[in-house]
Amino acid sequence: MAKPLLRVQHIEVFYHDFHALWDVSLEVEKGLVVSIIGANGAGKSTLLNTIAGVLRPSSGIIEFDHKRIDGWMPYQMVAEGISMVPEGRRIFPRLTVLENLEMGCYVPKARQKRDQVLKKIYELFPILEKRKNQFSITLSGGEQQMLAIGRALMSQPRLILLDEISLGLAPLVIKNIYQTVKQIHSEGISALLVEQDIQRSLKACHKVYVMQSGKIRLEGRPGELSQEDIRKAYFGV
Amino acid sequence: MLSFLNELKAPITNGLLLGGLYGIIGIGLSMIFGIVRMVNLAHGDLVILASYLSLVTMTFFPISPLLTLIVVIPVMALIGFIVQYCLLNRVLGKGMNPPLLVAFGLSIILQNLLLLVFTPDARTLMTSISVKTISLGSFLNIPLVYLVDFIVSLITIALLSRFFNRTYMGKAIRAASDDEGAAQLMGINTRTIYSFAMGIATGTAAIAGVLVGMTFTFYPHTGPEYLIIAFGVVIVGGLGSLLGTFLGGLILGLAQILGAHFLGAGFQLLCGYLILLIVLTFKPTGLFAKG
Ligand SMILES: Nc1ncnc2c1ncn2[C@@H]1O[C@H](COP(=O)(O)OP(=O)(O)OP(=O)(O)O)[C@@H](O)[C@H]1O
Ligand SMILES: [Mg+2]
Repeated sequence: MAKPLLRVQHIEVFYHDFHALWDVSLEVEKGLVVSIIGANGAGKSTLLNTIAGVLRPSSGIIEFDHKRIDGWMPYQMVAEGISMVPEGRRIFPRLTVLENLEMGCYVPKARQKRDQVLKKIYELFPILEKRKNQFSITLSGGEQQMLAIGRALMSQPRLILLDEISLGLAPLVIKNIYQTVKQIHSEGISALLVEQDIQRSLKACHKVYVMQSGKIRLEGRPGELSQEDIRKAYFGV
Repeated sequence: MLSFLNELKAPITNGLLLGGLYGIIGIGLSMIFGIVRMVNLAHGDLVILASYLSLVTMTFFPISPLLTLIVVIPVMALIGFIVQYCLLNRVLGKGMNPPLLVAFGLSIILQNLLLLVFTPDARTLMTSISVKTISLGSFLNIPLVYLVDFIVSLITIALLSRFFNRTYMGKAIRAASDDEGAAQLMGINTRTIYSFAMGIATGTAAIAGVLVGMTFTFYPHTGPEYLIIAFGVVIVGGLGSLLGTFLGGLILGLAQILGAHFLGAGFQLLCGYLILLIVLTFKPTGLFAKG
């Protein structure tokens, strides 16, 4: 496999007294799509939030491109090349679609290439260009998800963290969105993808981690893991 | 009927013009309430601090109070930035009370500092503008200073609205007020952004302070009076838009002056509060609140 871009080593994360992540280690290789699957409350979002700098690990190491980044603030992560599509999309409702996208390239380095990247995003999601002057709250759920992804891409990340991008969307829209994940990957951007839907996830990724109760239970390439093993790890039986 | 309307021309005009001043007094409080979700109890005292800063500047340079804005705005903006960066940011996210207490403490410190330095004497920012009246058509004479207040307020609102809609920082401030967490994920350092927002808010307080000083007398402890006016403006106008805040100011000003006109000068403040009560009863989010 290719060289690791992101290395998470033995991190522990707490919410006050609650021990949410237990000795979690994971690697995302350059240019690959890696996915994390797990049931509700397994700790998937906690893991992504920790990588994005929203939460801090109490111990363990996170390295990005051979640089230690654990304990950094989220805005430093973005400047370094990690951006996240958070769970629930979290678009800015009182900003227009275009303004939302502009916020994606807030960091000075990304701002320089604003027009160029914006053009690419509009090619990826033509609907966003049509709706660019609308307040983003007026978009449909699927359009909002596209906006959230487009916004995260505006910073020209090297690694994009995608948290349940299919949540609450119609099957056709989901298919569409995953099509763009493929395109993102073909641009050479690495992706760490969180999903509850096992099949969807296995189809989209090169490597999968199965989480349960705050621990990594299983890892491997989708083709090499048996359905049975995955199911066992997923449900923790 | 016609004479009745004619008679109303003056109070309506005066009310609207005074309302413009109220708008600029309220805008800083409204901004910080909307963006940082914090009630800046020191806002009125910051307005009066600006009046005194203008006074000091005028003793060094014999210029019109309006020109002292060149000095007073940057100084006030810097004070606001530092207060937010070093004090208020530390207590954000720790519930409603800590920021309230810090702001309250700041208010007390400012009042006593002003008292210490400037004594309790009444002051005004003397200018020829303050005493002139101009006539708009026949029968209608209005104090020039009211017109200046209104125009300066309007220009300020227009510039602010350009700032919030056109610049990256303006948009980032709006984004942070929509969703602080998501804004951080965009690479926005929201704590710095809040400090800039406070700097801008105290910048508007600087403008308000100079206008207030030109229009009325002020003392070290006049701040809370203007805090209450600012509260009134925010309650009537609602949060969410600059224009809404400005219109809130106009309505409050109008209510006060019309009240005074019909019921006597003693009812001026009461009529303002009555409008607040009516708005709170029927539209507690304010008349022009967005979203
Ligand atoms: N802010 C918080 N404070 C305390 N506990 C939390 C907090 N956020 C999450 N948790 C707990 O941490 C555990 C992991 O939550 P997390 O959101 O990471 O799960 P998840 O795998 O993303 O689940 P889902 O698929 O439902 O999004 C859960 O038990 C949850 O209750
Ligand atoms: Mg989750």
